[in-house]
Amino acid sequence: MNISQSLGLMVQEFSHSFYLNFIKDDRYMQMVKGLGNTLLISVLAILLGVTFGALAFLLRNSFFLDNSRFKILRGLGKVLKGIGYVYVDVIRATPMVTQLLIIYFVIFASVNINAIFVAVLAFGFNSGAYVSEIFRAGIQSIDNGQMEAGRSLGLSKIQTMAYIIVPQAIKNILPTLANEFIVLIKETAVVGYISVQDLTRGADIIRSLTFEPFLPLVAAAVVYYIIIKFLTLAIAAFERRLRASDDR
Amino acid sequence: MIITNNLHKSFGELHVLKGVSEHIEKGEKIVVIGPSGSGKSTFLRCLNLLEVPTQGDIIIEGESITDPKANINKIRQKMGMVFQQFNLFPHLSVLDNIILAPMKIKKIKKDEAVAIAEDLLKKVGLFDKIDSFPGKLSGGQKQRIAIARSLAMSPDIMLFDEPTSALDPEMVGEVLNVMKELADSGMTMVVVTHEMNFAREVGSRLFFMDDGVIAEQGVPAEVFENPQNDRTKEFLRRVQ
Ligand SMILES: Nc1ncnc2c1ncn2[C@@H]1O[C@H](COP(=O)(O)OP(=O)(O)OP(=O)(O)O)[C@@H](O)[C@H]1O
Ligand SMILES: [Mg+2]
Repeated sequence: MNISQSLGLMVQEFSHSFYLNFIKDDRYMQMVKGLGNTLLISVLAILLGVTFGALAFLLRNSFFLDNSRFKILRGLGKVLKGIGYVYVDVIRATPMVTQLLIIYFVIFASVNINAIFVAVLAFGFNSGAYVSEIFRAGIQSIDNGQMEAGRSLGLSKIQTMAYIIVPQAIKNILPTLANEFIVLIKETAVVGYISVQDLTRGADIIRSLTFEPFLPLVAAAVVYYIIIKFLTLAIAAFERRLRASDDR
Repeated sequence: MIITNNLHKSFGELHVLKGVSEHIEKGEKIVVIGPSGSGKSTFLRCLNLLEVPTQGDIIIEGESITDPKANINKIRQKMGMVFQQFNLFPHLSVLDNIILAPMKIKKIKKDEAVAIAEDLLKKVGLFDKIDSFPGKLSGGQKQRIAIARSLAMSPDIMLFDEPTSALDPEMVGEVLNVMKELADSGMTMVVVTHEMNFAREVGSRLFFMDDGVIAEQGVPAEVFENPQNDRTKEFLRRVQ
């Protein structure tokens, strides 16, 4: 057997394997459907995460109550801060899969509910804790002199935040937030635990049909890689543009 | 116009202001000098409540600002503050830096605010920079813009915390000139400074601050020629 013959045999084997794993019975649709769910869950979860993150950030910075004239409002401020702190602390110190399982099997145990919806909720709730930290770091990166300059002009704390601090902080926050989205896409690979068919589970379904793990699982990895590479490059370009607008 | 009554300020264990009781009249130009860490900035920052005194009262134009019911945002509108580090808003153009507060606080219409800004920019000699961003300005230009920004709120009192200390020597003059003109226009000013010539020429009264109290005060030229307090003598010997 010469080289070209054995090469031919390999190509033949590969195309048969490819046919078996992806073409036969439209098996590739398992992965397409899975990819759709992966993206759906990631996008909705990041939106929910930003919402939870903003809420947690506001709770942890209940500054509008700090200087209240009324003791009960100052007390309320402390309680809100505590809630925000516990949320961020607990979420960040426990594994995502565990949180997912608890939300699905404990919190929604007795309700018949769409598993994708639960996944969005779980990932959004999880992401919110990290997003609130991203907001905090972004705001903290702005020199305190900015707040003092705003306040000394007579702007209120909230006005100074809105017109001076936040517009500057957003430049630091957006790229980090986009990175959080990337992390989220990868993390959603565990939704199979609650029987949601995402990209990883789609590939695994093919594996269980063909008993050939190599092609479907590697294909899933390649798809993740392409999506994430694309997003990473887009973020880098976006960051360059933000920086360009800094030295005008 | 400004009355401080037994003003104390501590940061935790650190007792910084140890009882400052002063009357500052309308139109006075107070210059504050003293060794590093003596509490000059803290005193100045207490006057517009950037630092909250731990004890004592501050009365501005008859109104106690240390009263918990005082509307601090309202009071601050009457007092401009200029910082050592300029603290311009880097994301806003020079014009927007100046018109932000008048428009958001006083609800002045944009064209009116722009007219005020243009007028002030001409006064500080930077009208041609109206559309520039702070990142493109020299330190001296930034500080003149910062002064214009404060003046846009038409304050009754201007506070300066070492406004020329972060500047290259060749830029100190342009900022001091703007401050001199402001002084000549009758503005009430409290200026923490290391510029002894400015203190002598412009100051109507000098505070020598040492270890949290005003250890000596008087007409600047007289204090410089004939200091009474040993600490003042020592300080002046070191800086001159
Ligand atoms: N926010 C703060 N927290 C803790 N300590 C502070 C704070 N601000 C000032 N201090 C301390 O209070 C003391 C007086 O500080 P202040 O800035 O008023 O001095 P200063 O006279 O302005 O000095 P300089 O000439 O160096 O500006 C210093 O020991 C300083 O470290
Ligand atoms: Mg100081």
